[in-house]
Amino acid sequence: MSERSPNGMTQAIAGTNGRASLFSLERRTVGYVSGPLLVAGGAEGVGYNEIVDVVAPNGETRRGQVLEVEGDKMVVQVLGGTRGLDRPATKVRSRGEVATMAVGSDLVGRILDGSGRPTDGGPPLRPAAYRDVNGAPLNPYARAHPSDFIETGISAIDGLNTLVRGQKLPIFSGFGLPAAELAARIAEGASVVGEGEGDFVVVFAAMGVTHREAAFFRRRFAGSAALERSVLFLNLADDPSVERILTPRAALTAAEYLAWEEGRDVLVILSDITNYAEALREVSAAREEIPGRRGYPGYMYTDLASLFERAGRVRGRPGSVTQLMILSMPDDDITHPIPDLTGYITEGQIVLSRELDRRGIDPPIDVLPSLSRLMNAGIGAGKTREDHRQVADQLYASFARGRELRRLVSIVGEGALSDEDRRQLAFADDFEEKFVGQGVNRRSIEDTLETAWRLLGRFPPDELKRIKPETLERRQTMEEGL
Amino acid sequence: MTQTDVRSRPDRGARIDGEIWRVSGPVVVATGLTDARLYNVVYVGEARLPGEVIRLDGERATIQVYEDTSGLRVGEPVEDTGEALTVELGPGLLGGIFDGTQRPLPTIAAVGDDPYGAPTIGRGLQVPSLDRERRWTFVPSVSAGDKVGPGDVLGIVAEPTAISHKVLVPHGVSGVVEETREGSFTVEEPVAVVGGEPVAMLRRWPVREPRPVARRLDPEEPLVTGQRILDTLFPVARGGTATIPGGFGTGKTVLEQSLAKFSDADVVVYIGCGERGNELTEVLEEFPELTDPKTGASLMGRTVLIANTSNMPVAAREASIYTGIAIAEYFRDQGLGVALMADSTSRWGEALREVSGRLEEMPAEEGYPAYLSTRLAEFYERAGSVVCLGADEREGSVTVVGAVSPAGGDFSEPITQNTLRLAGTFWALDTSLARARHFPAIAWGTSYTLYELDGWFDREVADGWSDGRAWALDLLQKEGALLDIVQLLGADALAPAQRAILATGRLMREDFLQQSAFDEIDAYCALPKQRHMLRVVRAAHEALVATVGRGAASEAGAAVPALREVSRMKYWPDEEAEGRASDLIERIRKEMEEL
Ligand SMILES: Nc1ncnc2c1ncn2[C@@H]1O[C@H](COP(=O)(O)OP(=O)(O)O)[C@@H](O)[C@H]1O
Ligand SMILES: [Mg+2]
Repeated sequence: MSERSPNGMTQAIAGTNGRASLFSLERRTVGYVSGPLLVAGGAEGVGYNEIVDVVAPNGETRRGQVLEVEGDKMVVQVLGGTRGLDRPATKVRSRGEVATMAVGSDLVGRILDGSGRPTDGGPPLRPAAYRDVNGAPLNPYARAHPSDFIETGISAIDGLNTLVRGQKLPIFSGFGLPAAELAARIAEGASVVGEGEGDFVVVFAAMGVTHREAAFFRRRFAGSAALERSVLFLNLADDPSVERILTPRAALTAAEYLAWEEGRDVLVILSDITNYAEALREVSAAREEIPGRRGYPGYMYTDLASLFERAGRVRGRPGSVTQLMILSMPDDDITHPIPDLTGYITEGQIVLSRELDRRGIDPPIDVLPSLSRLMNAGIGAGKTREDHRQVADQLYASFARGRELRRLVSIVGEGALSDEDRRQLAFADDFEEKFVGQGVNRRSIEDTLETAWRLLGRFPPDELKRIKPETLERRQTMEEGL
Repeated sequence: MTQTDVRSRPDRGARIDGEIWRVSGPVVVATGLTDARLYNVVYVGEARLPGEVIRLDGERATIQVYEDTSGLRVGEPVEDTGEALTVELGPGLLGGIFDGTQRPLPTIAAVGDDPYGAPTIGRGLQVPSLDRERRWTFVPSVSAGDKVGPGDVLGIVAEPTAISHKVLVPHGVSGVVEETREGSFTVEEPVAVVGGEPVAMLRRWPVREPRPVARRLDPEEPLVTGQRILDTLFPVARGGTATIPGGFGTGKTVLEQSLAKFSDADVVVYIGCGERGNELTEVLEEFPELTDPKTGASLMGRTVLIANTSNMPVAAREASIYTGIAIAEYFRDQGLGVALMADSTSRWGEALREVSGRLEEMPAEEGYPAYLSTRLAEFYERAGSVVCLGADEREGSVTVVGAVSPAGGDFSEPITQNTLRLAGTFWALDTSLARARHFPAIAWGTSYTLYELDGWFDREVADGWSDGRAWALDLLQKEGALLDIVQLLGADALAPAQRAILATGRLMREDFLQQSAFDEIDAYCALPKQRHMLRVVRAAHEALVATVGRGAASEAGAAVPALREVSRMKYWPDEEAEGRASDLIERIRKEMEEL
């Protein structure tokens, strides 16, 4: 791992270990170019997965990554795009190392491009170190199981799909749904309750977002006060798509340094995973690989996992990496390979609903397909409240039943409903409007749970099957005492 | 001195090393390894990354590399070890956590000079799987002069667990015991001399080869899990196989973990194959605090964890399944009941697919190689109930429970389909049940067991168990058919007796089938309690049918206060279940008669 970039401080992604000078003199000629790839000769001494400089005929240098070496040939994906490289004068120069990223607390407050170069016109970076952007897998034995409640202020999350410090939780959205707004609200409102309190550092990585979205994120994360605790990596829709493969890795490398070496709680927001996956598919197609489902590469699960598993906590160290990813489901289809593989890796998902959005429910979170797998570890006495699990189970049971009845009633009418059924039906509407649709107001966990109890108040106690008799009794005594 | 269970391959004389010619992801092609055999372990590159030869093609050997191949260059050396991929077997496995090629993760975390330990897994670290320094107390159970053969018990090692670890005569060794030693030894020190050969506690075994047994038995006993829907409706046999397919979030991992905690196995091998790191951390944090329901000892003491999480090298994921099952067989051979959990076999299949793709093999369905079904069969067939080698004819078993993660939750994909042909028990997880928070989200309409275990339950738990089971399956089936009608025509279309079925069906689903893995009491339900709970549901149904028979409305029957109590059955302590069930049945009958 190199400590200093020879190319000056402004170059955040470097690739050198001192051997650079040895190899940089060698020049390799490009054979042919296909999509984002080029094949070059003279691969002796070039390592798999290393970073190379691709020198265009006009002298301009782009970064490339070696996807394969065979004999004296290498396949290079050109992170800066291959436009203008299809001429014999194009050269490839080895740097002798895998991609690294400049890291350090100096990055906080900066806006960088998708490869980690400052674009904010600020001073050159003074990195504390350079780190391999691919990271190294956390040893499961060295992890600490995430269990600290993060209060986001959003009832559908805090109450029913609780986020904890070190979790990886995507927002499954659809084009045009307010996922960015939700992510921004979480980032602004999030606080760890209990030990290790304090603000999160937000590391935001945009992959292929439009200028309009980028402007939104700049406003929310890089406004005057927010910027002091944010780092922005921006790969825009019109930036080279292959660069997107590097962007989240650069961002996570920066985040890991802040978390594991400086003990900060880092919230990494990746947007949009769908654009990232498209870039993967583009490279795979150019290599003529045998595709998996719907043309996405067979290794996409492993590739996505190599990003998402970089969230977590480490035993005996302060600091954490929490990941929120925005993912636009193509055709709103949760079984599409991108949300599907993501859901298999992440620790749950928050699912947005077009129907709720149309009805003006804000935030439009559909709680039934949503899930937080780490919720149990983060709630209960001493963390949130003792009754939290039971209240959540009851809300889910009543709402699921209400939704089922809603469907039934739409077919056969309300005629045959029992009184209990009618209560459940009415509850479902109330739940969506009042509990989920809280609007922009932040709710404390206390508020969230009390709102829930108010809504459950319409049921006679013996219909609350998920709540234990002791809890009901305690509740009753409390309410009588008021 | 390491005992190889299988005779070592003959010395090949001078070692001929090759060099790297191609690198693509986890696959390396080397030239010059002219003497290498298929499945030999090789060290690749200057970093000496371990790998395995998976194809030989004239000059070229294709190698899957168990570590990240970044930085490997054409021309770097490749060294053939002349040996197949093996596991180390012996005392010290229990309570351990290893990676896919059996490197001990705690040792890896202790490498380096980081004061907190290294949080990440470094590359090219070679550490022995079993501790070479630790001493174990060995007590011989044979004496000089005894004649022994493979599988005979040489002695016992006390591990800090409830399990006494039997040291067996290795395969290929037999003859007269010349000497035994009693005392404290490392795994490599000889503890006996048999037929002129010193024998230590450490064994090595090639992971891809099933360990031999005397003969196979028909599975006849259930693996008791404490999960109502499994034990009562779809039990798996000891030595049998079960598959749990389900989309993400349907409860595969929670179920695998519940089985690891509560099933009445002696030893549990839990393979986290291509899944989340935190799920293994959770086991590591939780299991030492829990006790084995059977022995009262720490749960971790009966557990071996194999971890190849989704961000760990993909080729080692392929190996992790074999590492796990070889360890399971080793404990089986001691006469123990072993349960092996593999979460998720789909990730193993995908690892096969990824490597196959890099080999540019002709793909069959969905890009999977044509040999997928053979490999799956080879794995599941290593489950079984057996008579072990050895004069005492011990019986042991390996039960395999494999989770499957079908893309899009669609069971028509190749791994689910191929596994279905092999597994004796099918626990189908259903996304809509999971979304409605009906857990375990096992679809009773499609799940099944092929094991005939009714006789055992009738004999060992209670006469009438199988009758109750048949009744429950029938009720659920009828309820399903009626619900289809209600969806179309509304409940008005049903006769009173049919409405009674709907009312009981709901009790059955909510108060019997649903079982929270996170409730201290409900997480485990003993067999007698399962029976008494079912007894209550059935009695409620009969009372309800009698009530409507007398002309009362089934809604009135379903509304009696006593039925509310049914939802509290889950929280009854095991030992009070019988009495409380009888009281409750009394009350239900009385209240309904009074209508
Ligand atoms: N038996 C159960 N009791 C309560 N909750 C459960 C149960 N099984 C699953 N769940 C819930 O479902 C979530 C997902 O389960 P998990 O086993 O992680 O799914 P999968 O492995 O199929 O993706 C869990 O986090 C938990 O909230
Ligand atoms: Mg799982």
